[in-house]
Amino acid sequence: MNNLLFDFTVDKTAKQVYVTKEFNAELPLVWDAFTKQELLDQWWAPKPWASKTKSMSFKEGGRRFYAMVSPEGQEHWSIQDFTSINPTTNFKFVDAFTDKDEVINSAFPSSEWDLNFSEQNNTTTVKIIIKHKTLAALEQIMQMGFKEGFTMTLNELEILLQQLKK
Amino acid sequence: MRRDIFQAIADPTRRAIIALIALQAMTPNAIADNFNTTRQAVSKHLRILTECELVKQEQQGREIYYSLQIEKMKEIDKWLSQYRKMWETRFNQLDNVLSTIKKKKK
Repeated sequence: MNNLLFDFTVDKTAKQVYVTKEFNAELPLVWDAFTKQELLDQWWAPKPWASKTKSMSFKEGGRRFYAMVSPEGQEHWSIQDFTSINPTTNFKFVDAFTDKDEVINSAFPSSEWDLNFSEQNNTTTVKIIIKHKTLAALEQIMQMGFKEGFTMTLNELEILLQQLKK
Repeated sequence: MRRDIFQAIADPTRRAIIALIALQAMTPNAIADNFNTTRQAVSKHLRILTECELVKQEQQGREIYYSLQIEKMKEIDKWLSQYRKMWETRFNQLDNVLSTIKKKKK
């Protein structure tokens, strides 16, 4: 592990997820990794899943159409519709689940993504805000198959309870 | 109508009730004393929390005591942790991609 920041917080009231991560690379490279399909496909899907981008037009009004492919070859298709792009500091998109023919599956609520990029001393910070319509939508995403073993610690429960007290 | 833990924690009063009964089992009256709302309003919240299986009722003499189902609370944290884990894995992969590209450039 390195000492680069990774922060993950959930504001249950605002139904927002905040993900902040520092990268040991200059900003243009990190920007490319988030906005070019050949780079995105190398990391977007958490292993053992694979990301397969079928089409991507990175411009305002453009779309990325891609699948998360399970080790068994099962495909979960999604789209990301780019709503705003300010190279190389910010871009926004709205996501949705689709079938393999790009038809949106309205049973899964979409979420709004806001990604911010900044650089300081050769370290690039990416701040991601994901706004969900409901927190249950997040649960559905988890049920898509990204479950991993996890051991709950009492410490984390305590933190959760503290948050609830506020 | 589907009830789940996410609905339970969506309301600030319910979150406050959860925090209260996390410490000790309480009667509806004792819970209501902590809020500026009517007993009926608190009862409604307790009913929703019960339907979400986040609290359980226990009869003690003439009183009903409400307490927190701690296992249910863990569920919330469990899936949030899974989501966090997903991002961690994803970013570890990106770290590797970035360092590979940087090495190639040199």
